[in-house]
Amino acid sequence: MSNIHVTTTLNGDQVEYLCEPQETLLDVMRDRLDMTGAKEGCGSGDCGACSVTMNGRLVCSCLVLAAEAEGQEVETIEGMADGETLHPLQQKFLDHAALQCGICTPGFLVAAKALLAKNPDPTETEVRYWLAGNLCRCTGYDKIINAVMDAAAEMRGA
Amino acid sequence: MALDNKRDFKIVGTRVPRPDGVDKVTGRAQFGADKTAPGMLIGQILRSPHAHARIISIDTSAAEALNGVKAVITSADFDKASSAGNQDALDNCMARGKALYDGHAVAAVAAISATVAKQALKLIKVDYEVLPHVTEVEDAIKTDAPIVQEGRQAADTPAGLSQNITHQMSFGHGDLDAGFAKADLVIERSFKTAATHQGYIEPHACLATMGPDGKADLWCCTQGQYFVRELCADFLGMETSQLRVTASEIGGGFGGKTTVFIEPVALALSRKAGKPVKITMTRDEVFKATGPTISSYSDVKIGMTKDGRITAAHALLRYQGGAFPCGTIEFGLMSAFAAYDLDAVQAEGFNVMTNRPRQAAYRAPGAPVAIYPVESVVDELCQQLDLDPLDVRLKNAARKGTKSSYGPTFDEIGLVATLEAAKAHPHYTAPLGPNQGRGLSCGFWFNFGGNTCVSLNLNADGTVGIIEGNPDIGGSRASISQMAAEELGIPYEHVRTIIADTSSLGYNDITDGSRVTFAVGLATIKAARDAIQKMCARVAKLWDIDEDAVIWEDGFAKPAGPNAGAFEPMSIAEIAAIANSTGGPIAGHHEVNANGAGVSFGVHLVDLEIDPETGFTTILRYTVFQDAGKAVNPDYVEGQMQGGAVQGIGWALNEEYIYGDDGLLQNPGFLDYRIPVASDLPPIEAVILEIPNPGHPYGVRGVGETPIVPPLAALSNGVSRAIGKRMFELPMSPPKILKTIKG
Amino acid sequence: MVQVVVWGSLRAATNGAATVEIEASNFKEVLAQLEHRYPGLKPQFERGVSLAIDGTIYRDAWFTPIKPDSEVVLMPLMVGG
Repeated sequence: MSNIHVTTTLNGDQVEYLCEPQETLLDVMRDRLDMTGAKEGCGSGDCGACSVTMNGRLVCSCLVLAAEAEGQEVETIEGMADGETLHPLQQKFLDHAALQCGICTPGFLVAAKALLAKNPDPTETEVRYWLAGNLCRCTGYDKIINAVMDAAAEMRGA
Repeated sequence: MALDNKRDFKIVGTRVPRPDGVDKVTGRAQFGADKTAPGMLIGQILRSPHAHARIISIDTSAAEALNGVKAVITSADFDKASSAGNQDALDNCMARGKALYDGHAVAAVAAISATVAKQALKLIKVDYEVLPHVTEVEDAIKTDAPIVQEGRQAADTPAGLSQNITHQMSFGHGDLDAGFAKADLVIERSFKTAATHQGYIEPHACLATMGPDGKADLWCCTQGQYFVRELCADFLGMETSQLRVTASEIGGGFGGKTTVFIEPVALALSRKAGKPVKITMTRDEVFKATGPTISSYSDVKIGMTKDGRITAAHALLRYQGGAFPCGTIEFGLMSAFAAYDLDAVQAEGFNVMTNRPRQAAYRAPGAPVAIYPVESVVDELCQQLDLDPLDVRLKNAARKGTKSSYGPTFDEIGLVATLEAAKAHPHYTAPLGPNQGRGLSCGFWFNFGGNTCVSLNLNADGTVGIIEGNPDIGGSRASISQMAAEELGIPYEHVRTIIADTSSLGYNDITDGSRVTFAVGLATIKAARDAIQKMCARVAKLWDIDEDAVIWEDGFAKPAGPNAGAFEPMSIAEIAAIANSTGGPIAGHHEVNANGAGVSFGVHLVDLEIDPETGFTTILRYTVFQDAGKAVNPDYVEGQMQGGAVQGIGWALNEEYIYGDDGLLQNPGFLDYRIPVASDLPPIEAVILEIPNPGHPYGVRGVGETPIVPPLAALSNGVSRAIGKRMFELPMSPPKILKTIKG
Repeated sequence: MVQVVVWGSLRAATNGAATVEIEASNFKEVLAQLEHRYPGLKPQFERGVSLAIDGTIYRDAWFTPIKPDSEVVLMPLMVGG
């Protein structure tokens, strides 16, 4: 089986990799590029732990073939903070204790950032529906929703 | 133990940020599947496609011959385990003789890539003799049911039962007949609950490395690295000293990561291949071969007087815990009536084996499905006698001095205070609209302490390192650092708590039983006191006074009083800076088998609305009331209360293992096994009560498990009141509610 | 002498007695005496037991002292999730 050569942009950096035709973007990020921030919770697009954006669109990286990333712009949790400065969403997740085990946290943050890019002033209901594709088993979502609402308010004010 | 929580806390009780927070919001935290090793192979597992089948033979030759395959193993590659319980854990990791459920592991391969490993699995030829199977409680208890495993009944189980019934037990006291005779109304009902999965988002994953010298390292996501070491060393015939187990960050466990599934398999593959082996479960494997809780079929009978006094109560609980003997029934029977002060009470029941995966603990194991039918019948009695359900619970509530339904007399417990808080809360009297109902339930869990070992090292700059041995599953590193900082009188930021591997610290029990903040916290406080004593002794030498003339206050050693002498207090940093000259490094230790955890009670209130056309339940409002003893970090106490409530809501409304007539699991994925999502829920309000636990120096009580208990009955009672008909089965999916409405 | 309460299904092993009286001054002696006097308790002891002493549950705490007037209740081995 011959590998496919792919050139893509990951968090602003141009990267190249070889992948098998059936490998997913998540597989390649985790197994070939040492980017383990995106997690595999289900491999079927049901849990959102592997959320990334491609050209600004929120996707489950377990449902994207690695070869499909050719020429695209991919953003992941690893690109969210600006050096030592956390993104307001990251900071608010810490301030609101919006994580317990933390396995779903990267996916929630990427998904919430994509929401606020589209809708900077969401209602609580809109936040709950947007994040319905991200499963969290620890928190009951309460503190996550509060963190996103608070980050949205701060980002609007900034 | 002296309760000294009358102190004014400075750090305990505050909402400090968690030490692992930044790693977890940036993607840097390393979970089970995030580790690699040079030359690493990928391990994969072949699983039974049958619910019950004898394994006639396994031919691995074609798989072994495939290019890139480095090892193939079966049950023959493991030692015999040293106890029946350990043997069950091993046989669950790799079937021996018979495949006992759909998804039971039968062989495993290690290969240079996932692609090659997958090809190799297809080349393993297993010759099965398919056997009749049984998956439901009510079928498995029949004497002519297919026998899951022969000869597994406990010696004290009565004769004449199905061989699948492994043990039968009863708890209680008093004269039931006399009690029921005093009642104005007796209600007896049958209830069913479905098996659910813990549903942690992180699938099991591990990386095992074993060299030809027999030394091994194992990295895995687990609630207890020491227990993993004990089991794996047993299964591989190793001395425990030769196996070092490191717990990764853990992506949820809820009890499901208190045993092993893939870890011994990865070690055996690594031993055979001579290379590191990584195994990561798929979600399908997680559903089919790990975790699920018991399912149940229960009868509950309760008598009540017109003024709401319970006169007698009886429960018959039947649990199935999968293909192996399972003790969870014990905790169900003891929990069922724990919230009540009863003169006549009996809970009896048994465990039955089925062709399902081996039950694993799930948050307050056994209690939710025992308390659900009890709280449902109490609610129906209140409805029929036109009594306020909170008043009735207050009237019958267990309190200090109550002889509990499982035997011991209760000490200080927070149930009455919790019920009173619920009654005083605006939620309880808020108006309800059409098709809406309010449900209420009490919950209970025992909590425990257990074996704990903590070291505290004083650094040269006066900061402190804590080494503890319990994986942090919900923020415990923060609360442990807080307790150390509190005791030492230093800033929280000056403490860093790490979780040791099995070679770096003495034995610790698993992170379970709501024990960590209680027991590890207790040991941390004692380790800090040990270090304080040593620091005071060093200062006493410097000042040339008696050791007991030096006291510790707010991070300083001070003369005990004017008679001790006029000395300038010395800070922890000053003492640390000269430690090497005053006698060497300073460390505190504490080892304990902690008891006195103190039982835990909670009360949940829910308002919900039923769509009469679809049977769909919308949760409108939810409030949790629970006694935390002392909430060390209120953020994470609330988090436990909210998260547990939502798991219970899933259990009540949606979650269910569905088996077909073929004995195969029909919904092994998050699309068809639906756990609650953000849009299903309202805000969950958490009301923390603090009734100090006399068994802990700061009054701490475990909080993690109780919150999953009340939602089952609270939701069922709310739905029943909303539709005007009682519900008797979980989950209350829309079709079931609709069917009840249409009657 | 210490009174030890045994739960319902174990009473088959204690000739039906809900409470048995034994000579013991700590946790370990209670278990040893019970097993010696009532061999039918052995299967449960192998599965594991705890003791509630004056309302506090103890696991594997051999040297926990027991006073003659202590309330002692035999319980299954406590575990959690």
